[in-house]
Amino acid sequence: MAKASITFEDINVTVTAPAGTRVIEISEKVGSGITYGCREGDCGTCIMKVTEGWNNLTEPSVLEDKILRENMAGKHNRLACQAQVLGGKISVKPV
Amino acid sequence: MTKPVLSNSEGAPQAVALSQRVHWIGVLDPNLRTFDIILKTANGTSYNSYVVRGSEGVAIIDTVKESFSGDFFARLESVARYDEIKVIVLNHLEPDHSGALPELMRRAPQARLYISQKAQSMLKALLKQDELEFTPVITGDAVSLGDRTLSFLHTPYLHWPDTQCTHLVEEKILFSGDVFGCHFCDTRLFNDEVGDFRFSFEYYYAHIMRPFKSYVNTALDLLDPLSPFKQILPAHGPLLRDQPQRYLQRYRELSRSALESDIGADEKTLLIFYISSYGNTRRMAEAIYEGAMSVEKVRVSLYDLEGGEITPFVDLIEGADGLLFGTPTINGDAVKPIWDLLSSLAVVNLKSKLGGVFGSYGWTGEGVKMVEDRLRGLKLRVPIPGIRIKLIPTDEEICQCREFGHELAQELLGLRTSKVIDLADLS
Repeated sequence: MAKASITFEDINVTVTAPAGTRVIEISEKVGSGITYGCREGDCGTCIMKVTEGWNNLTEPSVLEDKILRENMAGKHNRLACQAQVLGGKISVKPV
Repeated sequence: MTKPVLSNSEGAPQAVALSQRVHWIGVLDPNLRTFDIILKTANGTSYNSYVVRGSEGVAIIDTVKESFSGDFFARLESVARYDEIKVIVLNHLEPDHSGALPELMRRAPQARLYISQKAQSMLKALLKQDELEFTPVITGDAVSLGDRTLSFLHTPYLHWPDTQCTHLVEEKILFSGDVFGCHFCDTRLFNDEVGDFRFSFEYYYAHIMRPFKSYVNTALDLLDPLSPFKQILPAHGPLLRDQPQRYLQRYRELSRSALESDIGADEKTLLIFYISSYGNTRRMAEAIYEGAMSVEKVRVSLYDLEGGEITPFVDLIEGADGLLFGTPTINGDAVKPIWDLLSSLAVVNLKSKLGGVFGSYGWTGEGVKMVEDRLRGLKLRVPIPGIRIKLIPTDEEICQCREFGHELAQELLGLRTSKVIDLADLS
């Protein structure tokens, strides 16, 4: 199975994880500072900044785009509870 | 200088002239004692609003809290007709400034509303009106009133993302929104006439602007080339017509570090706060302190919360690079002095500071995890899992504490090697 390598910059930890894993599943296990609310893409609490490997994450859905806009997210931001890793290298940090 | 007259001979509210073309049309709220839950005021506040008259139309800068609309419209009508209003500017969208906007736009339907780009989504959420038309503006944009020009300066996070200042170019008057404002109510309006409002000015800064110090400095850098201003006209409190530069300078002073320490530029600071009931969490704190001190270029301080007040600790925390908290767990929770300190930090910027937690426990030890979650919520980095020790630490556990302190100090200096793990190993 394809694996991705995602770095949580705030805690300086890199995790290799199978493609399709949501960022939330990884970040909670390693204790990154990304915080969570509803965990289902509705509240915008888990907005994170993607500093590398934007295209190595799944595309944001229409719903995620809407929540990002409503929360005035920057253009490099995603919801950690929605984005799934696809492969390659990714770096993220809390906003 | 003349004292303002806020009402005409029949007692009706009237506008107050600030220059030939600029009038104050705000309102006074002397009975307010608590503003926005977090702020006290001993004599109320004012909601300042202004009229600017140009050769080709009139502009209204900010409105007032909705319940005070009567005085606002009466003052407006004393100096302008609604059909003359060409421009409405909202420097900030909070309800105390946008409250009278819907009615103003109903009375002056030809007027164009100007708000900052960041204010767009807030406007809809606040006023619940889809049909409101507006022009979003950024720094450098301007609108002409003929022989008068309003130029916009985006000053984000002072104190909302949307906040902006508006500069009346020909008169060097700055309509500053909440910046340079304070909650102080005095019918004499002007800073050279009103009672002593220095405390209110500083208190307002400390609670509203302090968390955004870096943005304050950016805004001052934007305003400096335009100064000296002849007047600074904020949205609350006295109108600053006498030596307005002093207030710019004061903001600059307040936006420096609260405590000028003698820490070297190449050093990092690590503060360890703890509280201990039987001395176990204290022993952990001391061992962590020793471990951290073994790393050069990290200045470590140890504080027992039982012996200190919160306010000076908040000042220390604002200037520190790393923060550790030691708490016992009592009845499944961290203890109150820790929560009291952590709930007092909304006035300072904590983003990306290093955090860590430790503590002794008797039964279950949830306190450490709870405080870690709180630190993440406050936007600290928590790269090293906290240490929990059941009751009295053994010699081996004391060594773990030393290593914890050492590792955190190295993390502060960026000397800790990055970790690579497989998700499968975490399950």
